[in-house]
Amino acid sequence: MQDQPSPDEILAAIAAFLRDTVIPKSDSHTAFQARVAANAVDLVRRQLEFSTAGEAAELERLQTLLGRAGTLPELNSALAEALASGAKGLSTAGVSEHLRATTLEKLQIDQPNYSGYRNALERPRS
Amino acid sequence: MNSAAHGEDVVRSALAALAPRLRSAARTISGLQRLSGGATQEIWRFDLDTADGSQPLIMRRAPGGDRRSQVAVGLNVEAQLITAARDAGVSAPEVLHVLAPEDGLGQGFIMEFVAGETLGGRIVKAASLAGAGKTLAYSCGQILARIHSIDPGRFPSLEHQTPADLIEQWRTAYRRDSVRRPVFDLAFHELSASCPPPPLKARLVHGDFRNGNLMIGPEGVRAVLDWELAHIGDPMEDLGWLCVNSWRFGRIEKPVGGFGEYGDLYAGYEAAGGPPVNRETATWWEMFGTLRWGVMCAGSLAAFRSVDATVERAMIARRTSETEIDLLRLMAN
Repeated sequence: MQDQPSPDEILAAIAAFLRDTVIPKSDSHTAFQARVAANAVDLVRRQLEFSTAGEAAELERLQTLLGRAGTLPELNSALAEALASGAKGLSTAGVSEHLRATTLEKLQIDQPNYSGYRNALERPRS
Repeated sequence: MNSAAHGEDVVRSALAALAPRLRSAARTISGLQRLSGGATQEIWRFDLDTADGSQPLIMRRAPGGDRRSQVAVGLNVEAQLITAARDAGVSAPEVLHVLAPEDGLGQGFIMEFVAGETLGGRIVKAASLAGAGKTLAYSCGQILARIHSIDPGRFPSLEHQTPADLIEQWRTAYRRDSVRRPVFDLAFHELSASCPPPPLKARLVHGDFRNGNLMIGPEGVRAVLDWELAHIGDPMEDLGWLCVNSWRFGRIEKPVGGFGEYGDLYAGYEAAGGPPVNRETATWWEMFGTLRWGVMCAGSLAAFRSVDATVERAMIARRTSETEIDLLRLMAN
């Protein structure tokens, strides 16, 4: 068993150090980079928290949609190919729901404050 | 290239030597400051000193010569585009000098410094507070109409691209740079199926006209920046790109740059002599622009893993998903 504090707690401390100590003492260029770095640390924290559950759900949906087993990258490419050729589309049962769910799961980690994400959450089935 | 040989002191003495040719009364320069820039492009600010006072100027240059990216038009052409835009009535800085080999500064040009706000987030906030969004969107329309009135025949080096060409160009870039993304494949399929015909008359297209590339003051647009993606094509491309959600800086309810309505943009465009706006085509270009920005973000992954291992680059790669939710919204409409 690993000792504490947890990765999440350590990352939170790094983000706070960047925001509270580095940024106020930096020139504008470095302060900008430090702000980006603090945002990146927050992104990693969200990914540690959410991604396992999200990817399991994504794989299950892909297997249902394509009617076969496979790894996430394999099935993801297969769906992309079917959409590129027009073999499947938004009118295919389950496609629209899968794309929406997968994209929302990414944005929950990548950019939970993005306007397009907030807008999609407010419109349950767009 | 020996970077030390092109350091600040070298730039300072080369600019001082150039000063009398920028303005005949000028004797030297002062206040030299590097503003930004990557490995190939630099932006410098300095003051040109005369007996009567000093004038703030900007130099954009590629010190190692003009190592053009695949799509950029090159600094010499950019200088010509800015001058042509000024002649067409677009607010743009005066270009004072295009660098020559004997100037010893590489390729580039020197122009007036224009003060103002370029940060998109601040612009949408200020426009909202001042109630200036409608006017700003209308004047963006007017400016685009003036840009599109410039004779494209004056720029023979610019690429001419039809909507169908651009789909293929960006699909190729996507397949080369990115893991497969079902939303992108669907969007390419839908855009191909509804691709507009080539425009009746191909125009000079700015190519990156958006909130973030406009210098804004309280009275409106002071300068249109970043002409490096200019090309010849469908003028509706510029109208669509300005409305891509990524350039609305959080104000999704204001489709034009986060500050205005479609109708204001189109009205300004037609009032200033632009061709009649086909709304369906403009919307097609908004979706195309969203996908193009998405492919650019996705391409940042390869750049991050090879030439630009910065946190900023990594975070641009992680912006790809924002374009996927925007594409899903546009396709559901």
